[in-house]
Amino acid sequence: MGGGHRPAAVATTDHGGTMLEVSNLEVVYNDVILVLRGISLEVPDGQIVALLGANGAGKTTTMRAITGLLDVHEGDITKGNIIFDGVDITEKDPADIVKLGISQVMEGRRIFAELTVDENLRAGAYTNTDREKVERAYEWVMELFPPLADRRKSTAGYLSGGEQQMLAIGRALMQDPKLLILDEPSLGLAPKLVQQIRDIIVQINESGTSVLLIEQNANMALSIAHHGYIMETGKMVMDGDPEKLLKDEDVKEFYLGLHAGGERKSFRDVKHYKRRKRWLS
Amino acid sequence: MTPDILILAQEAGEQSKLAATIWDGLSLGAIYALLAMGFVIIFKATQVLNFAHGALAALGAFFVASFATIIDVPGRWMPDAPAWLTWSLAVLLALIAAAVVGMVLERLFLRPMVGEELFAVAIVTLGIDIVVRNITNDWIGTDIRPLGDPWGTNFFDLGLLRIAHTEIAQFVVSIVLVVGIALFFRSRTGIAMRATAFDQEAARAQGINVGKIFAISWAIGAVLAAVGGIFASTFPRRIGVDQATAFFAFKAFPAIILGGLDSIVGAVIGGFVIGLAEAAAGTYLEQFEFLGSGFGGVVPYIVMLIVLLVRPYGLFGTEEIRRV
Ligand SMILES: Nc1ncnc2c1ncn2[C@@H]1O[C@H](COP(=O)(O)OP(=O)(O)OP(=O)(O)O)[C@@H](O)[C@H]1O
Ligand SMILES: [Mg+2]
Repeated sequence: MGGGHRPAAVATTDHGGTMLEVSNLEVVYNDVILVLRGISLEVPDGQIVALLGANGAGKTTTMRAITGLLDVHEGDITKGNIIFDGVDITEKDPADIVKLGISQVMEGRRIFAELTVDENLRAGAYTNTDREKVERAYEWVMELFPPLADRRKSTAGYLSGGEQQMLAIGRALMQDPKLLILDEPSLGLAPKLVQQIRDIIVQINESGTSVLLIEQNANMALSIAHHGYIMETGKMVMDGDPEKLLKDEDVKEFYLGLHAGGERKSFRDVKHYKRRKRWLS
Repeated sequence: MTPDILILAQEAGEQSKLAATIWDGLSLGAIYALLAMGFVIIFKATQVLNFAHGALAALGAFFVASFATIIDVPGRWMPDAPAWLTWSLAVLLALIAAAVVGMVLERLFLRPMVGEELFAVAIVTLGIDIVVRNITNDWIGTDIRPLGDPWGTNFFDLGLLRIAHTEIAQFVVSIVLVVGIALFFRSRTGIAMRATAFDQEAARAQGINVGKIFAISWAIGAVLAAVGGIFASTFPRRIGVDQATAFFAFKAFPAIILGGLDSIVGAVIGGFVIGLAEAAAGTYLEQFEFLGSGFGGVVPYIVMLIVLLVRPYGLFGTEEIRRV
């Protein structure tokens, strides 16, 4: 897949072609730790948008803010707002946000290990009360992930890492989302599996679902994204189309080649990066 | 009588004693299993160790006594209806009341504690136990309140066994409830409950309303406690609900500990093991006078102590109770 060459799917609803719009978002943990310092980002209808950043940049926090899951982590939105599909979802309940059409694949997969593959998928379809839609979503997930089709009745905890990631993505697809947010889906997977997951994200996007892809593996993410954002200690430091980002010297130095295998950057790399960040922003 | 016949008679006596003990143990065990199952469902779904479970059992039984005999609702409005019908309706009302109490307790006292430590939340339930037990005891008074069930003290003999009609009812109800719960866990809401039990945040990420799941699990837990309380308050256990019913129900705790706090299968098996142990001790340890009478009632706690020492997570429990 060439980076950013594919035309975006046609906009379906009347919100000016923007599926998700995050403006000036500020998030504080435990009332004191300011983690997001006024970030803005946009996911146009039918596109794949990559959100890149090193450990601790605030990528997961951004996803929690969008999906309403900050409260369990004692986090609060102190400024800014989030508009999804024309609706203000800032501080909405996670269940309502899911019902509006945002699904997420959480960092670390977080599948229900004690449940079977089928039960995980049915849990993912919890808010999808239209039987036919659920049936269609299920068939599609089985098509996308043949390994899951063979193991419908197995306990999810016994699946391999790659299969668990497939299940996590499949589970998110069961509610038939308009926007899919994935938090580091390539984490801990072998290069071949990373490629497989990448191709599946493209397939999902081509079926009409907008995608916000959070990654540390910039190579992978930028190879399929229409647009990319780079985040650094709670701020957006750069954004642009993938070619531009891929050519950028700073991005090259800090994000590419360092972890082509989908491995996490080493601690030393992170420290190095932080030291150099002043002139980057 | 020749010695031979004497030995034969003795053997027959021993056999019937053994059969009666096993039957008694199973029937007692079914009550503990119902109580333990309710406790485990609440614990798994909401991470609350509900020490008020015994009190809820007594309250549930008292609700039945209230509806069926004390205020006689709906019986007083349908004088021509058969007794089994009015009684069944009274039980239905009592179980609805128990479910409501469970949900209200959860909403008022436990929901605000979400995220607090297991131990701190357990203390809250101890407080609830004291309050519920005192209120219930106040209502019960010093009397024994019969539940007015249609089976009364009827029984029949089957070979070596003497079987109470209530015991038949109890087994039928227990089996129906166990099967019902197994089916429930495969339903949409049941899967959502198990997902919530495994990972609350990931469950919320699927759009599962965790608060609703908490309410449902407390309703189920309270209903199971009430059913256990009902059978604990009828023949051949007791002849009604009184101030000791909560203590009787408390003996489900050894079953829970034995099965492992977080295993429903364990709760059922633990219930039967404790029931059998208690019955056996009642039959065979009575001869040791130094143990005093009613030693059988202590045996569950001794088993619990041993389990806690050698296998704190029980027979079926998760080795490490992982939780925030
Ligand atoms: N519950 C919390 N309480 C306090 N601080 C938190 C909490 N969760 C995250 N943080 C802090 O917020 C910052 C951003 O964390 P976040 O998890 O959003 O980063 P990330 O970009 O997803 O990192 P990674 O790539 O490691 O997943 C980090 O400094 C982290 O330590
Ligand atoms: Mg993260």
